[in-house]
Amino acid sequence: MSGEVGTNVGGTGTLVAERAGAPVVELGLPLVGGSNVRAQGAGTSGLEAEELERSERLAQVRTGELGSVHSWELVTAVDGPGTRMTVFLSGCPLQCLYCHNPDTWEMRRGTSVTAEELLRRIGRYRRVFAATGGGLTISGGEPLMQPAFVKRLLRGAKAMGIHTTIDTSGYLGRACTDEMIDDLDLVLLDIKSGDEETYKRVTGRELAPTLEFGRRLAEHGTPMWIRFVLVPGLTDAVENVEKVADHVQALSTVERVEVLPFHQMGRDKWAELGMRYELDGVRAPSAELVERVRDQFRARGLTVM
Amino acid sequence: MSTTATPVSTATPAEWTGFVPGPWTDTIDVRDFIQRNYTPYTGDASFLAGPTAKTLGIWDTLEKKFLSVERAKRVYDVDTHTPADIDAFPAGYISEDDDVVVGLQTDVPLKRAMMPNGGWRMVETAIKEAGLEPDPEIKRIFTQYRKTHNDAVFDIYTPRIRAARSSHIVTGLPDAYGRGRIIGDYRRVALYGVDALIAAKLKDKDSVADQPFSENWARYREEHSEQVKALKKLKRLGEQYGFDLGRPAQTFQEAVQWTYFGYLASVKSQDGAAMSIGRLSSFFDVYSERDIAAGTLTEEGAQEIIDALVLKLRIVRFLRTIDYDQIFSGDPYWATWSDGGFGEDGRALVTKTSFRLLQTLRNLGPAPEPNITIFWDPALPDGYKDFCAAISIETSAIQYESDEQIRCHWGDDAAIACCVSPMTIGKQMQFFGARVNAAKSLLYAINGGRDEMSGKLIVPGYEAVQGDGPLDFDEVWAKYDQMLDWVTATYVEALNIIHYSHDKYAYESIEMALHDDEIVRTLGCGIAGLSIVADSLAAIKYAKVTPVRDETGLVVDYVTEGEFPVYGNDDDRADELAQLVVKTVMDKIRKLPTYRDAVPTQSVLTITSNVVYGKATGSFPSGHQKGTPFAPGANPENGMDTHGMVASMLSVGKLDYNDALDGISLTNTITPSGLGRDKDEQVGNLVGILDAGMGEGLYHANINVLSRETLEDAIEHPEKYPNLTVRVSGYAVNFVKLTKEQQLDVLSRTFHTNA
Repeated sequence: MSGEVGTNVGGTGTLVAERAGAPVVELGLPLVGGSNVRAQGAGTSGLEAEELERSERLAQVRTGELGSVHSWELVTAVDGPGTRMTVFLSGCPLQCLYCHNPDTWEMRRGTSVTAEELLRRIGRYRRVFAATGGGLTISGGEPLMQPAFVKRLLRGAKAMGIHTTIDTSGYLGRACTDEMIDDLDLVLLDIKSGDEETYKRVTGRELAPTLEFGRRLAEHGTPMWIRFVLVPGLTDAVENVEKVADHVQALSTVERVEVLPFHQMGRDKWAELGMRYELDGVRAPSAELVERVRDQFRARGLTVM
Repeated sequence: MSTTATPVSTATPAEWTGFVPGPWTDTIDVRDFIQRNYTPYTGDASFLAGPTAKTLGIWDTLEKKFLSVERAKRVYDVDTHTPADIDAFPAGYISEDDDVVVGLQTDVPLKRAMMPNGGWRMVETAIKEAGLEPDPEIKRIFTQYRKTHNDAVFDIYTPRIRAARSSHIVTGLPDAYGRGRIIGDYRRVALYGVDALIAAKLKDKDSVADQPFSENWARYREEHSEQVKALKKLKRLGEQYGFDLGRPAQTFQEAVQWTYFGYLASVKSQDGAAMSIGRLSSFFDVYSERDIAAGTLTEEGAQEIIDALVLKLRIVRFLRTIDYDQIFSGDPYWATWSDGGFGEDGRALVTKTSFRLLQTLRNLGPAPEPNITIFWDPALPDGYKDFCAAISIETSAIQYESDEQIRCHWGDDAAIACCVSPMTIGKQMQFFGARVNAAKSLLYAINGGRDEMSGKLIVPGYEAVQGDGPLDFDEVWAKYDQMLDWVTATYVEALNIIHYSHDKYAYESIEMALHDDEIVRTLGCGIAGLSIVADSLAAIKYAKVTPVRDETGLVVDYVTEGEFPVYGNDDDRADELAQLVVKTVMDKIRKLPTYRDAVPTQSVLTITSNVVYGKATGSFPSGHQKGTPFAPGANPENGMDTHGMVASMLSVGKLDYNDALDGISLTNTITPSGLGRDKDEQVGNLVGILDAGMGEGLYHANINVLSRETLEDAIEHPEKYPNLTVRVSGYAVNFVKLTKEQQLDVLSRTFHTNA
């Protein structure tokens, strides 16, 4: 299955074309300096971009020496415990209707950065991580779109004694080897819906690989934080939430469930990318709705945030 | 020798019973008293008491009868007939039961007094703006008979200073109002009593009586006489309220009352830009521990006394003009109270009274004054760190400074004056210097001394950048370096004139009476616009910047193509340019002569004048637009620090404190949800962030954790919240960059989840 990932690296057209119901992506948008997609100063500031010949680049991507990075930042309290360096990788196999980072969907929009360069930056924050109980979180996009790169980052971080996390949909869980799981201290697993039909509508993909990955992590004893994005009219059906809760309850290593209320912060990015956004009229869930959903998880004896 | 041979044993005041003696008993040395007598507290906040009925009653009266009226009128009242002085007004009270810690600046709460020694025009304008008329007799005295500080300054100012002032390259100078940033050691009043302080000053004065005449010698004697007169007035102030301040304080309540009278005497006689109170908690705590052990004080009683003091510190008022309020955003007076930190022996200077001070923010609710300032170190006791963080999250009312940086440079009895200016209490003062516009100086360099707003030639003799091609970094830097020579020389010249005149016509006699006779003076120079300069230099160096000229050849805008590193993202390429600017300015200031041999220092701090500076400044290669507010202090440019608050802290932490000994200010704003999903997590994470920042060289952190009010304020005044981060799931947005609609969206969402 890792072959599926490999064939998509660097080739964006096929990926977009084969997605049912995919938003329209205007090709030919400017991708670098002066682009309205990435603000000056945002993104990969402080990381040296690699400029290589195409063949050499592809070779390095395959070995994980080179990755496509959207941006990095130091964040607190949202992507795992403490203050963390969250690295957003480019490329995602899902196309969630509510995605607030649609600019991370395509790997070609990222900046090519070597694992070595990124690890140098990660190592720079060892004392910050120690002071705050934080660490490294690899997010995206979907980190497991670039498993070889992620593998190197996790190994490198563990070698420095840094706490490691990935934020993943689990859809590409098979690309995550047992060796990689051994290097993970925590997984933020996004279960975007419990009902198969709803999952497909939300993401354009199937639910099964996510559940399979969750079970593998539980078997390995890897701690998990489950994330569920609550979108009124899309994911809020009682039965849909019940099914997510069923799945979560079966995973013995889940430490907490985070119910994340939908917001409209990502809307402008869709427009900037020339993509059709389907959730224009959707409002953030009410406090009552959020509580109802949290209670559904709490009823299973889960710790809910 | 017998073991009882203490030299002063026969003269030891009864008030000192139970205290461990030491050098402090023979000479004035409050630090030594604290170190020998204080009890560090390493527990948590569970011992604290809530407000008493009396506290709540007085606070309620104050709100209903006075504060609500003032909010509606801007100025509650002005006494237009009585020039202020320590003993100029009879005793005044908030209410009949206002008897825990007493004393008001005038006879009525919030009524403001004139302080015309600084300058008459400011007083007259302020009176008129309050809807009143000045007393013609008072006006005659201060315009015909009594020369003011302001008169003297303008007698001496040079043409280049006037040009720099009117073009706003140098601005905010304390040439028409009190300079402030002097902290009297008010604790001396309580520990020694005023009689002993007068005796010591007279002894100092006559210790030089046999020396030959010199101007310094005469000034020394004259200033000591002024100080003694002020101490005598302080004693009379005590008598007005029924206290004998001549003797030392005997109880915790007296220690607080005596100390407050010292501070009150200062704010009755000076309207300095910042009137800070010092570092009091561990000092007071010696008395509370003694009284509690003796069974004469309870925790409720101790808290009531601290609450009463803090309540008084919240109602200090000065007669200011509307213009002044705009520069300083309201009516601040920086009654900064420093706390926490470590002593040189490794014991934390954290006592139960440190907790009581923070508790006032719960008992009386949040308020900007006193400006509670915590000297932070990762090794402080966990209970205290957690309580600080919890109160920060509840109130956004606390600022933090690096204890290590301050202690290593200024010792363990230092306090902050104003926002970030450290000084050893009673042994050091500052000649406050406002700040120079370092950003505008860059535009002057490019335009050869012509002002980018008016087109006027302000600095003659400098060649502008020629041609229409892209700017060359080396050429621009060389011109900037030269322009900074002129700017710093003009600036320091103005400061020397101001402080010479201030000492002569508006000398702070009571504050200086509570200092040693020989003190360190610093000349606190400052810069504004650091982030704009750093980013603009980075743009010139790493991108392509083409100047845009008007018909007269003046560069009025820039076209910047390509990406460039930006200060505030822990990107060394940009951060090193910021470091270079700070060091370059400081090196130039170091070479200039200073009044009274003051030690030159620099701050990277704008208080709130970043808005005013922005208005007077043109567009930049960084993309900063003409007329828009500067980022505050050493903050990265608004919205340009996109890699998180900690990355921004790390960038600012790279600025070398040795080049900015007067302090480097960083204002952070974070939402409660940006700190964690529940209160415990938020407290733990804020502690971690402060540990991380200070551990990496950060000097100062203002921590705003937003309430609804602050979010609403951010919508109205986005310039005050440059890095307000709103986080939802794994994605962050900068609040001030959102549309109004989105902001309202966030506002409602945040409060739904917190409800």
